[in-house]
Amino acid sequence: MLTIRHDLVDAMVAHARRDHPDEACGVVAGPVGSNRPERFIEMANAERSTTFYRFDAAEQLRVWRAMDAADEEPVVIYHSHTATEAYPSRTDISYASQPDAHYVLISTRKPDTHELRSYRIIDGEVTEEPVDVVESYMFSHTGADDVPDAS
Amino acid sequence: MSVTVSVPTILRTYTGGEKSVKASGSTIAEVIEDLEIRHSGIKGRLVKDGSLHRFVNVYVNDEDVRFVGGLDAKVHDGDNVTILPAVAGGSAAHERQTML
Repeated sequence: MLTIRHDLVDAMVAHARRDHPDEACGVVAGPVGSNRPERFIEMANAERSTTFYRFDAAEQLRVWRAMDAADEEPVVIYHSHTATEAYPSRTDISYASQPDAHYVLISTRKPDTHELRSYRIIDGEVTEEPVDVVESYMFSHTGADDVPDAS
Repeated sequence: MSVTVSVPTILRTYTGGEKSVKASGSTIAEVIEDLEIRHSGIKGRLVKDGSLHRFVNVYVNDEDVRFVGGLDAKVHDGDNVTILPAVAGGSAAHERQTML
């Protein structure tokens, strides 16, 4: 289950809409081990493509160092599909390398409504998970024991 | 030349969980050969068909080595080499041939 604040969902969707028809991408960082997305970081799509995205390598190094220094990790890694459904492609699966991350996909193929879904991708295996959008984390339990056992 | 290599979570299975390891060499290729001697199996995750694997980014200090010679990029004593998993993907059914 991905539990995520409403404003962070709005920020991801706004980014995806703004970059449409190119794919948009970014991360939401949170404290290491917390499973709690907190800090929205929009990334440049170095490919500027309607069918592919890649974090700019120099920007990624800066962002990853800042996360390290703040004891954060990428809790959510998001990108948009602009003409297809919000489901990981073979390319998405081949690149997925963060077993602890929630891979969020946003489809902007329809102009008026968006589709936002979340997945775990571990060793090439995709598992969709429910998304719980909350106003604040204060009253929602987002502890590590919400993460299903890896078995 | 002795350098410090930052290892991403995904590759720490090869380094016994260590986040940062020492290696030596005067180019990235030599550093990777030395890493392979100390942490068997890691090279296969970094190099494919004689060049850097597209799934990883390798930096010398702040420089992406793809822009400074790739595996031939020079390293100097005390440099920091950082390995990060590339974050990429997209709706394309087939991967693009050129990734830069």
